[in-house]
Amino acid sequence: MSEHDEPSVVDGNAVAGLLSEVFAGDPTMFVGTCRGCGAVAVFAEAVVEMDDDAAIVRCRSCTHTLFTVLRDGHSVRLVIGALREVHPG
Amino acid sequence: MAVVSRGFGARRRESDPHLPPGQYVTEDFPVLSAGPTPRIDRAAWRFEIREGSELLAQWTWDEFVALGVEDVHTDIHCVTRWSKLGTSWRGVSIDTLLAGVDSSASYAMAHSYGGYTTNVPLAEMRGGRAWVASEFDGAPLDPEHGGPARLLVPHLYFWKSAKWVHGLTLMDQDAPGFWEQNGYNMHGDPWTEERYW
Amino acid sequence: MIAGDWRPARVARASAATPSARVLRLEVSGWPGSAAGQHIDVRLTAEDGYQAVRSYSLASYGDATEVEIAVDEVPDGEVSPYLVRDVQPGDELEVKGPLGGYFVWHPQDAGPVQLIAGGSGVVPLVAIARAATDAGAAASFRLLYSVRRSEDAIYRDELTSGAEDGGVRVTWAYTRAAPPGWEGSVGRVDDALLRASVWPVEQNPLVYVCGPTGFVEHVADALVELGHSPGRIRTERFGGAS
Repeated sequence: MSEHDEPSVVDGNAVAGLLSEVFAGDPTMFVGTCRGCGAVAVFAEAVVEMDDDAAIVRCRSCTHTLFTVLRDGHSVRLVIGALREVHPG
Repeated sequence: MAVVSRGFGARRRESDPHLPPGQYVTEDFPVLSAGPTPRIDRAAWRFEIREGSELLAQWTWDEFVALGVEDVHTDIHCVTRWSKLGTSWRGVSIDTLLAGVDSSASYAMAHSYGGYTTNVPLAEMRGGRAWVASEFDGAPLDPEHGGPARLLVPHLYFWKSAKWVHGLTLMDQDAPGFWEQNGYNMHGDPWTEERYW
Repeated sequence: MIAGDWRPARVARASAATPSARVLRLEVSGWPGSAAGQHIDVRLTAEDGYQAVRSYSLASYGDATEVEIAVDEVPDGEVSPYLVRDVQPGDELEVKGPLGGYFVWHPQDAGPVQLIAGGSGVVPLVAIARAATDAGAAASFRLLYSVRRSEDAIYRDELTSGAEDGGVRVTWAYTRAAPPGWEGSVGRVDDALLRASVWPVEQNPLVYVCGPTGFVEHVADALVELGHSPGRIRTERFGGAS
């Protein structure tokens, strides 16, 4: 936490706790905003195409890809597309 | 080390050397589209080749057919893992369509009626590897499968074979089309499993 | 040892439920308990290290360390035939969960509640029905269960005797063939059946629809056309055919 009233320029180490609050809890309840059409919805309601290697998560209103989760052997990665904003439910 | 489950793995699909990795043969011809099927009248249909704002070439349906329609026998591979072996098409070769066009561009964006786009390097379409196809299995191409005409680039994943194709816009630099902006690979080679970003 | 949230689990019981489905009870180390409607991910590892992960809804709810799932065999599948045909009590696998807070019913949620199941979509709804019955709330619950034939209904006996004992009221729908003596129609769930069996719109029911993707979308669309508010309809799509 900053000791002053103005924002201070630090680095990513400082957001460890804050980011863990964003991504806390059950992901199906996260609420996302689509950059393509502005629709706001819980992740549980997204259209998902899924196979062994990837899950393509699309906006149910406009079909743009919000993000893709890819599995490569034992590692996963998240590629972000039209997801403009997210907050925990 | 994860817990091993006794006897698991015996039913996994074996890869078929005739198929690209991760693909399975289907006898069906599944229809996958991003939106509704456009209905295009052949009298109004045009195929255009553009570069920037310049129209370099254009054909009506009759002019297109008069260029010479050839037989194509090939396998097709969809990114959703189905492959259809031994399909028969008839179409005009991209080499023929590009023959009179003077351009140093290396890439093309295929545009479809209805707004769909997909990008393909010109090198992947030359040399007898791509067509604008008007017939499938001995009959005029169904609107559901992209008729009156679709791009056919069978050596890449089938999302590159744009249905209801309207033309090609030549580009100096590669740029992503619809699915390429939405999670799919810019190149799309099934043999190296270039499915996703 | 819990590696990456995967808990070791052992098959405690396996019993045939229908010609293509089996109910499995899994003893899961350190199971933290689950709410009605949640699911687990099951991971299987072959001796050469090959792995597959699939999601299965829990038919059980609560704190017991033995959880219950029902697996319907997908033809040419990789995991479901193993779980339905091969796995035996004593076999080991890994479980992650409980997962999912969206498709869940809590006793404090106000009724009435309409459950609509297509095929194996009945599993999480059985968990919800069990929780409702245990909470004394079954009178405000209804279940519409659509199956191909009577013998394809997972948990058929439990649901039938439950309905007879003052539990959740069940309406059956058969899409291919009905049992002898059936006086209703045979075919896909339609508006007439929904109007006849679902809590009326005026009662503002909370609706849970689960089953193959095509079934869920068809039913959810029909409910909205009948006047149900989309915000009161929770859906869980299982993929597969309609």
